[in-house]
Amino acid sequence: MDNKAENPAILQKQAKPPGKITRMFLTLYDVCQFVTRFFKEGFLPPYEGKELMRQCYDIGYRSLALISLTGFITGIVFTKQSRPSLAEFGATSWLPSLVGIALLRTLAPLLTSLIAAGKVGSSIGAELGSMRVTEQIDAMEVSATNPFKFLVTTRVLASTITIPILTFYTAMVGMLGALLNVSLFEDTSARAFFQASLEQITFLDITASTVKAIIFGFTIGIVGCYQGYNSSKGTEGVGKAANSAVVIGMFLIFIEEVVSVQFFGLFRT
Amino acid sequence: MDQEKVIEIKGLYKSFGTYDVLKGVDLDLHKRENLVVLGKSGTGKSVLIKIIVGLLTPDQGAVKVLGQMVDKISYKELLALRLKVGFSFQNSALYDSMTVRQNLEFPLVRNQRNLTKGEVNQAVERVLDAVGLLQTINQMPSELSGGQRKRVGIARTLILQPEVMLYDEPTAGLDPITCLEINNLINEVQERFHTSSIVITHDLTCAKAVGNRVAMLLDGKFERQGTFDEVFNTDDERVKPFYEYNFIQ
Repeated sequence: MDNKAENPAILQKQAKPPGKITRMFLTLYDVCQFVTRFFKEGFLPPYEGKELMRQCYDIGYRSLALISLTGFITGIVFTKQSRPSLAEFGATSWLPSLVGIALLRTLAPLLTSLIAAGKVGSSIGAELGSMRVTEQIDAMEVSATNPFKFLVTTRVLASTITIPILTFYTAMVGMLGALLNVSLFEDTSARAFFQASLEQITFLDITASTVKAIIFGFTIGIVGCYQGYNSSKGTEGVGKAANSAVVIGMFLIFIEEVVSVQFFGLFRT
Repeated sequence: MDQEKVIEIKGLYKSFGTYDVLKGVDLDLHKRENLVVLGKSGTGKSVLIKIIVGLLTPDQGAVKVLGQMVDKISYKELLALRLKVGFSFQNSALYDSMTVRQNLEFPLVRNQRNLTKGEVNQAVERVLDAVGLLQTINQMPSELSGGQRKRVGIARTLILQPEVMLYDEPTAGLDPITCLEINNLINEVQERFHTSSIVITHDLTCAKAVGNRVAMLLDGKFERQGTFDEVFNTDDERVKPFYEYNFIQ
């Protein structure tokens, strides 16, 4: 069989390798395909309910300690730093509502997501990357199991479900930190503090916070999975996948935060 | 062994970047035959069997497995075809977050959802017993030796009762005694489960022990095919060092 001149493999290798911009667009196209595949396969049977629950437990429960500590300290520090400025205008009574709004609108979603991007994103990237280079994903493929459904959709769904729950938990723990700080300076009851904090919070604040947390959770899951699922080059690739999952995840979260602040700002005026 | 073909490959080409791996491969696998594919490292032996199960796509050529063109069928049809083709990986590729039992249950419960817990347990124990590792059922893959991992990997493919088995370097990295055990296991699998197999290796002891037929991959093509003696009874300078290294050294 001497049809080398017509062999597409040979024709392909004669073509120039793609440039930087072309590669960027090819990656973007690849990411779009990955996201589309998630939406196509994520909601169709068979469902991996047990694996989804396991992932929710891994992402949610195992992040609780770190998130509790960070949320609590943030509540204390934010209250302590805000007090002098408010005191200058004789407005320390606004402190609980300021803390409540700041925590719910921005601090809780952002803090939770950044911590999750570091902890959960890197873990997903490394785990899937390691499965890819040790051929475990190929082993699932050849045993007639759809690895995308089992590994990717469950992780992305789990982070999308869990991050909003963790966000409200962070806000609550942050408020407890703030209450502790307030209690050191003023004779305020917990009931009065929470009443003052919550009365300024609107339905829009809760909706915006939830929507943001869902988007952040989805981003963390999809970035971690994409990097891990497509990793290559052995152990070096696993490290790179974990690292990229964190860096790209955090970068996108900041971009999404800016966009969502602008978007929900339109409804506040 | 009969003359019915379970795998037919014609004019297969595969390149990676500027590196041509397969340059017009033709190969048939007959029913209940153990075909050994020999060749140096990097000659495309593993690429060939990955194309057979649709893990890689060929640049050109036709691959027919159990009457279906692998690169022409839908993903759903490919998954159904893969139920009939077992693939034993070079490094076993056991799921390291699962026990041996869970590794074996995994393909079964996902492909036969109507099975009861008792039937699943029975199937797991049956194949583990077939590879002689029933005692490891609750162990993690990290607690197993290299040979045990290979056996569990083979058991995981057998649980779906495949018609065709593809072994990728089944004896690589194992001591000579374990190699003999794996060779015997490959023959036992063929007899007990009536499978047809392609065994990828560069271990001639394995090739001699398990192969009904041997095909030698040289420069991206199968230059020599036949019985073990037919393939190695040659003055071809590309083949002789292979034999001398394995049997004379």
